[in-house]
Order: sequence, then C-alpha cells, then structure tokens
Amino acid sequence: MPNAESTPEILYDQYLESTLASVDASEEAAKSVAERLGYDEEETYHIGYAVREAVVNAVVHGNLYSANKRVRLRMERSGGSLEVIVEDEGQGFEESQQADPLARENLLSQSGRGLLIIRAFMDELRIGRTEAGGTRLWMRKSLPAPR
Amino acid sequence: MSLKLTTRQVGDVTVVDAAGRITLGEGSSAFRDTIKELVNKGQKKILVNLGEVTYIDSSGIGELVSGYTTVSNAGGQLKLLNLTKRVHDLLQITKLYTVFEVFDDEAKALASF
Repeated sequence: MPNAESTPEILYDQYLESTLASVDASEEAAKSVAERLGYDEEETYHIGYAVREAVVNAVVHGNLYSANKRVRLRMERSGGSLEVIVEDEGQGFEESQQADPLARENLLSQSGRGLLIIRAFMDELRIGRTEAGGTRLWMRKSLPAPR
Repeated sequence: MSLKLTTRQVGDVTVVDAAGRITLGEGSSAFRDTIKELVNKGQKKILVNLGEVTYIDSSGIGELVSGYTTVSNAGGQLKLLNLTKRVHDLLQITKLYTVFEVFDDEAKALASF
C-alpha cells in the first residue's frame, strides 16, 4: 500500500459523520487538496468524484447512515502520488461478490457503478479490511508533472 | 448548485430541461419523481436535456437508467439530449452509450420519436 521508501505528508485526516453532508464535504476537501497539489481542472474533478463515490459507499453501504459510525478520510502525498484512504465501520465488502456493471445483463441495474468509475478516474484502487472488519478503500493518483 | 428540473411540451414529446447536479439525495430523487410523474400522466415520449447538468454521480447515473427502464416498461421511450463532455465520458465508462439514444440537436431528437 503506501510507499514505504518516503515519508508521507498528511494533507487531510478527518473522521466524518455518516451523512450526505459528509459526502459533499469530502468531495470539496478532495478538490481543495488536488488543487493545492497542482492537478489541472479535469484531474481535480476526477479526484473529487472518486473520493465522493468512495465516501458514498462508506456512508450508505458500509455504515448504513448510522449515527454511531464514522467514516475516516485520509489524504496524503507519498512518493510521487496522492494517496487516499476511506474507511468505514461496516461489515466489510467482498468485491468478488459484486456483479460486473459492464456485463450486458447488468447494464440496466440502478447501482453498482461507483468502483468502476473510481478505477477509471484514479491510477490504482485497492479494497481491503480495517482491523475492526470494516471496508478500507485505498486509491492512488500520480502527482501532476511540474509545470 | 442543486438540481432544477423544468418540463415543456413540444408536440407529443415532453422535454425535461435539467440544470445543476444529479447526485445522491435530493437531486436524484427529484429526477426520479419527475420521470415517474410524467409516466403516470401517460407521457411516453420523454427527452431529457442534460445540457446544463454540471455533475452526475453514480447514483444520478442510476436514476437515468431507472428512468429509462420506467419509461420503457410503460411502452415509451426516454432519450438524452446535449450531454456535456463529462457526462458523455461517464456514459462511455459505464457502457451506457449502448443503452441510451443520445442527441446533440433538439430538432433531430424530437423528430426521432
């Protein structure tokens, strides 16, 4: 996961309530971090979008909007990348059990496209478990080349 | 900016002009309610103009698909008009370009029903 050869610079690390307001706040925070790191407008949109989708999954599917559960959003600069971690306090998630949203029989499904879009917008996505059994989503995007 | 939906009748086609963000919560539920209301009124030709939609999240995409299914199941057609590049890209990523009929010219879209 994080690059062990460099000391990560923590850019954002917050525990958020399991609400839609947190979803909006996470998108804004991610866009702010991305702008600060020099990503262009389109990349900033992609990063904000990916973080929003990840936090939606955590709030809606992981924590089930529980007032007693929080979502951790952490963003850091590590090596030549922005790394983002989103953790929930749910029951965990097995990606292998998710239907392929691009399969012909699933194209008309109402949900199940979030991870697909995150993968398209970020350079790397990994899904694992927290020590407590919730879902930990880790994603990475290479930093923009210096201009 | 939240979602603003306006409907207008052009011949036998109902055009839904959407502006703002279609995201989980108010935006996606407003869109769902509008489409269901039109179908319940017997409208079977619906053209959704997304020209002023600045953002659609995966929940909003799900609502577009759900609207398409609702209208199709009622024997009608739901088509899309004026996609921004970002919405266009999302439909490509999700392969929904193979599902929706998409137009960038309103007159041609209206004539296609």
